[in-house]
Amino acid sequence: MGKCMQGYLDEQFMELEELQDDVNPNFVEEVATLYFKDSARLINSIDQALERGSFDFNRLDNYMHQFKGSSTSIGASKVKTECTMFREYCRMGNAEGCLRTFQQVKKEHATLRKKLEHYFQLARQAGPKETARRSK
Amino acid sequence: MAEVMRPEKFDISNDTSSLASPELLHVLAVDDSIVDRKFIERLLKVSSCKVTVVDSATRALQYLGLDGDNSSVGFQDLKINLIMTDYSMPGMTGYELLKKIKESSAFREIPVVIMSSENILPRIDRCLEEGAEDFLLKPVKLADVKRLRDSLMKAEERVFKNIKHKRELEASDIYSQLKRAKI
Repeated sequence: MGKCMQGYLDEQFMELEELQDDVNPNFVEEVATLYFKDSARLINSIDQALERGSFDFNRLDNYMHQFKGSSTSIGASKVKTECTMFREYCRMGNAEGCLRTFQQVKKEHATLRKKLEHYFQLARQAGPKETARRSK
Repeated sequence: MAEVMRPEKFDISNDTSSLASPELLHVLAVDDSIVDRKFIERLLKVSSCKVTVVDSATRALQYLGLDGDNSSVGFQDLKINLIMTDYSMPGMTGYELLKKIKESSAFREIPVVIMSSENILPRIDRCLEEGAEDFLLKPVKLADVKRLRDSLMKAEERVFKNIKHKRELEASDIYSQLKRAKI
């Protein structure tokens, strides 16, 4: 996976790579694309909810549950950790903690996005034979 | 003297084409997360299953014809071997979907597997008590899916073999009768 990805992505990402083959050589990138589209939507919803100032912790927790879920499915370990912290603050009803942690969530999310864009770019340059792991 | 036809020449012993092949299991997957839908679909396809994916329990019921809007007539040929559903979904949960399926005379025999990102024991117990086949923690592993597929295929093969064996018996029974009658 490469040193730059260490800590950012866990074994789940490797499980996704195992599912790629010659017929579906872009599966992981497709999943990543869906993830970033979906998480952008959730980030926006949470941002708006936080900006309103009324802390509906149930609603925030609900959004974060979804965000954490898809982050787990793609193997985004750092993002997942921050999501967990956010949910803890929701459960405690700690508004300040939520605001602080959410900045971290967005930071890790942005970092991961850059890293994955770079990763897929390299993979495309390397060619389909290098990226397809599964043999038929 | 007329030739007595051997059992193999009878249509009834040879024609197992009307039976669903025991190879391709049809799985209905239900999840509100677009990422998880993509993932489970791939897991199932890699495991050589036919997949139908829907984004809600309501849509799953529509697909099965259990939503009350459609008559069951058009759904006689619908062959689903397994339902895999997420637990936490907006609107109707996977647990509620499980209950509706187990209440239905048409679909109660179909195994239902619940998937959840949360390892909550009372939740797991409740699902198993309601008749869930299994409870899988997300992210679901390819090994989990293959294990499910293998156990379902064994069950399907048994059914397939029983029907085939029964037909062979019927055919050889007729063969013996004809032979005795020296037709």
